[in-house]
Amino acid sequence: MNRHWTIGLLLLAGAALSWAIPRYELLNPYLQATLMYLGINIILATSLNLINGYLGEFSVGHAGFMAVGAYASAILTVMLLPVGAAAWRFPLAIMAGGCAAALTGLVVAIPAFRTRGDYLAIVTLAFAMIVKSALENINAVGGPRGLLGIEGLSTMPWIFAWTVLSVWVIRNFVYSNPGRGVLAIREDEVAAELMGVNTRRVKIRAFMIASFFAGVAGGLFAHLLQFISPRIFDITKTTDILVMVYLGGVGSIGGSIVGASMFTVLQECLRPLGVWRMVIMPLLLVLLMLFRPRGIMGLRDFPWFRPSVECPQRPPETHPS
Amino acid sequence: MKPWFQANNVGHHFGGLSAISGFNLELRSGELVGLIGPNGAGKTTVFNLITGVYRAAEGSIRFQGRELTGLTPWIISGLGIARTFQNIRIFKQLSVLDNVRIAHYRRTHYSLAEALLHLGRYRREERRLTRAAMEILRLLHLESYADETADSLPYGLQRRLEIGRALATGASLLLLDEPAAGMNPSEVGQLMEFIGWIRGQFNLTILLIEHQMRLVTGICERVLVLDFGVTIAEGRPNEIQNNPQVLEAYLGQAEDGGQMTDDGRQT
Ligand SMILES: Nc1ncnc2c1ncn2[C@@H]1O[C@H](COP(=O)(O)OP(=O)(O)OP(=O)(O)O)[C@@H](O)[C@H]1O
Ligand SMILES: [Mg+2]
Repeated sequence: MNRHWTIGLLLLAGAALSWAIPRYELLNPYLQATLMYLGINIILATSLNLINGYLGEFSVGHAGFMAVGAYASAILTVMLLPVGAAAWRFPLAIMAGGCAAALTGLVVAIPAFRTRGDYLAIVTLAFAMIVKSALENINAVGGPRGLLGIEGLSTMPWIFAWTVLSVWVIRNFVYSNPGRGVLAIREDEVAAELMGVNTRRVKIRAFMIASFFAGVAGGLFAHLLQFISPRIFDITKTTDILVMVYLGGVGSIGGSIVGASMFTVLQECLRPLGVWRMVIMPLLLVLLMLFRPRGIMGLRDFPWFRPSVECPQRPPETHPS
Repeated sequence: MKPWFQANNVGHHFGGLSAISGFNLELRSGELVGLIGPNGAGKTTVFNLITGVYRAAEGSIRFQGRELTGLTPWIISGLGIARTFQNIRIFKQLSVLDNVRIAHYRRTHYSLAEALLHLGRYRREERRLTRAAMEILRLLHLESYADETADSLPYGLQRRLEIGRALATGASLLLLDEPAAGMNPSEVGQLMEFIGWIRGQFNLTILLIEHQMRLVTGICERVLVLDFGVTIAEGRPNEIQNNPQVLEAYLGQAEDGGQMTDDGRQT
């Protein structure tokens, strides 16, 4: 109970801050923007970790799903949903972005998980390239020039709320039996199947959940930057997310939060280097995978992440009198 | 009445190699049957065919009136057949408790949405299956390791955990692939007792592959001997031991005068 109160209070404080910071300009606009990108990065890293960490497959298509979510939600707010103050307009657009990405995820997952074995990297690589060139050729969404004039609807409270929600849902998933099925597949696919896990379905599900949150992050991103173009969502973006995951730790939600945070800070520090950043991030990824393949918190998580029903109830220790 | 379990004329080959052919086996509910034979005889292949890891090229396998050939392993698991592996295949980096909880996968009664939001039946079900898993661990004396990662257990306990995981699926037919591999004589003695005990406790029918004849003669009621994929003998353990064909099959392999003990093999 105690722990629940602490977490509840911290979340409340976070929500209050996310409202107060922009309202009273407690931080300068640059830091505010950095914090908001941090939230989006946390969603991206946690969701990719579901595939590359928990499931143990290797996806390089996360930026592609982000693009699907970004474009879907931006099309909604720019073209379809009437401009108005209706409060549901933005969350609806983000949800739609997530759903569009999840459906795309389904289309990618069905062939990718057709047989046992590792096709996911190739399939997602192809997918990312297809998304990019498709978007470049659709003039209605600006083609290679991108989509301009997106409203800045991603405010700090919204990003905070979506980040908490995403992390919470993914954490809930991995601490449930359907989620343990994902872990079992990583450990031993044949043994998992012999324990009753419908491996193909579990993989597809996990992939759709991860895609959904990539889409959510894309939607938030589009309405924060207020401009999207196919180039933003290329393999460099995926590399960034991979760095966050492998830096923080595979198979760890806490790790993804740590990784996303470190990455966001690192990225800001490296900004003066300009294009050289494009060399440093992939290099960092290679070094990580070689020397610290599990990352900082690999396969471990903050103990307070664990739901209380998950813990075994032991009879109280009997003390000899 | 139809037999409880029946394999009929089952055959399977890998490329040109016939791993098993004309295999017949009937099991009555509650039996404890041994499957023996020299290395490469096709014993593990039989397990893989029963559990759906491979699909039998020929013949039929029926369990409680249902045809198993063509079913996926996870469906077969749901019908009540569980197994262990010759080389332990527990979920190494997961906790001991999670290893057993996963075995409840098909009997977890909450939806994906309830799992994602931790709502509705999630709490009650999660508590129930955690309690059930802890109960299994308690029966197997693994309770105090619940939160340890499975690969941190000593070898013997890993074997026991793998059996526990199989039991937790709620299986009625248990297939044990060389459960005594790598054990010393006193551990083998304990294992024999343990197998007899779980059989009664969980109402099991057990089919067991083993090289250590002491275990086979000690607990099996009936033994099937395979050699090069063919059943060369079948009968009570003491009949088998003196069967010339069986002695010859083992002689071709072991040098210690046909003694059907082969415990130094697993390293
Ligand atoms: N996946 C496979 N691909 C090709 N050949 C295989 C495969 N699995 C088994 N075999 C071959 O089939 C034959 C039977 O193998 P199996 O594993 O069933 O033997 P076994 O009786 O369990 O032997 P052991 O006592 O060594 O475990 C062997 O010759 C083996 O090499
Ligand atoms: Mg074998």
